[in-house]
Amino acid sequence: MRLYFLKRLGVMLTTLFIIATVTFFLMKLLPGTPYSNPDKLSEQQLASLNQKYGLDQPLPVQYARYLGNLVQGDWGVSFQFKGRLVTDIIFERIGPSVLIGFQAMVIGSIIGLGLGILSALRQNSLFDLGAVTMAVLGMSIPSFVFAALLQYYVGVKLGWLPPGLWEDYSYSILPSLALSVTVIAAVARFIRTEMLEVLTQDYILSARAKGISEFGVVWKHVVRNSLIPVVTMLGPMAVSIMTGTLVIEKIFSVPGLGEQFILSIMVNDYSVIMGITLFYSTLFILVVLLVDMIYGILDPRIREKWGEST
Amino acid sequence: MRVASKRFLCFVTAVLVSGVALAGCNFGSAGKNDASPASEGKQGEASAVKQVLNVSEGAEIATLDVAQISDAVSSTVLNNINEGLFRFDDKHQPILAIAQEHKTSEDALTHTFLLRDAKWANGDPVTAQDFEYGWKRVLREVGPFGVFFEMAGIANADKILQGEKKPDDLGIKAIDAKTLEVKLDRANPLFLPLLPLAPFLPQNEKFVEKAGDKYGLEYDQVLANGPFVLNDWKHEQSWQYKKNESYWDAANVQLDEINVYIVKEPSAAVNLYETGKLDRVTGLTSSLADAYKGKEDYQKVATPTTIFMRLNPDVAAFQNENIRRAIGMAIDKESLTDVVLNDGSIPLYGLVPAAFSLSPDMKDYRVLNGQLNKGTVEEAKTLWQKGLAEIGQSGLATSMIVADQEYMRQTSEYLKAQLETNLPGFKLKLKTVPFQQRIKQEKAFEYEIALSTWGPDYIDPMTYLDMWVTGGQANRMKYSNPQFDQLVAQANKELDPRKRYDILLQLEKIIIEKDAAVVPLYQYGEVILQSQKIKGLIWHPSGPEFTYKWTHME
Repeated sequence: MRLYFLKRLGVMLTTLFIIATVTFFLMKLLPGTPYSNPDKLSEQQLASLNQKYGLDQPLPVQYARYLGNLVQGDWGVSFQFKGRLVTDIIFERIGPSVLIGFQAMVIGSIIGLGLGILSALRQNSLFDLGAVTMAVLGMSIPSFVFAALLQYYVGVKLGWLPPGLWEDYSYSILPSLALSVTVIAAVARFIRTEMLEVLTQDYILSARAKGISEFGVVWKHVVRNSLIPVVTMLGPMAVSIMTGTLVIEKIFSVPGLGEQFILSIMVNDYSVIMGITLFYSTLFILVVLLVDMIYGILDPRIREKWGEST
Repeated sequence: MRVASKRFLCFVTAVLVSGVALAGCNFGSAGKNDASPASEGKQGEASAVKQVLNVSEGAEIATLDVAQISDAVSSTVLNNINEGLFRFDDKHQPILAIAQEHKTSEDALTHTFLLRDAKWANGDPVTAQDFEYGWKRVLREVGPFGVFFEMAGIANADKILQGEKKPDDLGIKAIDAKTLEVKLDRANPLFLPLLPLAPFLPQNEKFVEKAGDKYGLEYDQVLANGPFVLNDWKHEQSWQYKKNESYWDAANVQLDEINVYIVKEPSAAVNLYETGKLDRVTGLTSSLADAYKGKEDYQKVATPTTIFMRLNPDVAAFQNENIRRAIGMAIDKESLTDVVLNDGSIPLYGLVPAAFSLSPDMKDYRVLNGQLNKGTVEEAKTLWQKGLAEIGQSGLATSMIVADQEYMRQTSEYLKAQLETNLPGFKLKLKTVPFQQRIKQEKAFEYEIALSTWGPDYIDPMTYLDMWVTGGQANRMKYSNPQFDQLVAQANKELDPRKRYDILLQLEKIIIEKDAAVVPLYQYGEVILQSQKIKGLIWHPSGPEFTYKWTHME
């Protein structure tokens, strides 16, 4: 099993290296310069700035330098926020994104699982129909619509919660709610479909035949076996939601990471683009690993396989 | 096995909980950690008016290091926490600030400034050495605003920028603590109007050296000598000014506190305005603008950003004056700004926008020069046919590069419809490219028509005019007219403000009325909501956006 994880670690590092390389060269293909006011810079100013930041060197040299610094833990400084460390920017801004993303995941998973399980157990009932309709609406209406509605009605008209900015805990509730809608819908749909399938399996019949209580059957056998595809979906979803969502953060003026990433690409802030891409990739790869480990808990057969690979 | 999986679940929980703990640490807008809670500015509050202003900005401060700044948000902060020899008044004219007296030599090449007794917020006196150190530091750090020293005509600035001389050779010298001498390469009418801008601010050497790499990056890593001090700055959230009690003119500063929140979405800003959290919001979109039209808080602000078409002379048809003129006249600019854009933009019939520059007799440049090259569709058609006959073509199929911004997209689609309808045989293909790509293609002449923009570097019509001299860096159209070049040179040394302004008026007429070289379209506008409580808020068309020094709440 140890060998299995060592192998995984090796694959992860290789993946990160490939991502760093591809991103670096793709990024350099973007037109323009990382300096503000490109409209006004004279050729001569441009030359002296390029010299100052080492951008006058050939690409392979820049690339080797960047990797060298990266290995030593130096992620560079931002161009748009002159002199600020990329690591500072990421770690200042990841907090709010993680908070609203985490809350949205928790709210979404609880409500989604509840809705999905109940509607699967009462398939074709009125409740089921209602839950499925809600799930379809939740999936198909973009979250910024909910965000705008929540902001206007709860924030402005009712005045219950602040409609934007980021000052204390109450400011995180509306963005979390707006984000959770998609999670609810996705989780409910997945668990419902999967449960309907599991419910028809033979082992459920035999569990019932053994005289296990209905709750026992549903909780220990049906739900547990239906969770695997949900976990597969929730892992990457958690990463993408918790590392920042452009639209929700912009609407509620949340100082998160999602908006920063897009902005950096727009203004060619090379070091920040690289920093966020690598940060995001690392998280993503770690979560995929975590998801695999959770599989093992949910399904002992998968754990057996880790042993085999040693 | 059960134990193992339970332990594992504990681990997962621990990871998630620490995630929340990490997240929790970033709350709180600027100033909320103070003992005294800031005014929430609830509407209809009856008690005495708190001198607290709450506004929003669309972007984060890039840096407060004078040597590194190049954006309006940062300039605005520096303009309110710092002060140079001069500052802008409500008409954007330079008035004495840290300098209490200004003497000019006979040849207008040597300027001597006597400084008043002013203090930095740490108690140090503001000295002539602070100016000498600050100006030279901008050039040492290869600051983006280093070119301003060349524009101001300060001795050796051009050679320093070329790398031929050292920043220490700049023509500025502290004679003693209170006397500053500045030498110019040439007599320059633009010298004084540039002095209130950021690169000309003093910098406190002791403070700057001590802050090192952190200088200008946090609220406590800048040193104020102006009307306000920066009390807090939460990155990407907000920043807060407090009145600077040690400012030399503190008696005339009325605001106690200014809170600036970063809000990037106009609809969110409007919602915050509705709840009383903000006293002023900008950049309302067309639909929001309609919703507030007629309300007393509604205002249209004409910004100095101009939108125009560059016509590449490599295209044979664009060498024909009649065709160029026809293109300009065929476009109904009023419908474009009032119906299509509906965002406060106003039509432009010249190079210099309205509400930007005042003549020495306090008349608007745009009013003085009027609407140049304005014609009817019928005139356009006649000129078009005449032009086509001259070049022996029956029509013109061409293309226009457009930056991928929403208002540019709308504008370009409207232009296509107008030109293809009003000029028979005109076919226009739109090519949308990223903004930086557009600039690159303009510079390389890889375009036929370019939908371009220009914003001012300083508050004087010249910032829209001298770009068109032969071989000018921002010309990008190979426009060349010896008479134009000669008049620019003449204006640059004319010290009589009235004579100089006359030349500036003539310049625009040459390029637009006589040569019809550029097709001006409109100047970008903004619809804003501003509370009636705000009095004396000064908005500047270039450099810093606002001066809060004389603002108060009623």
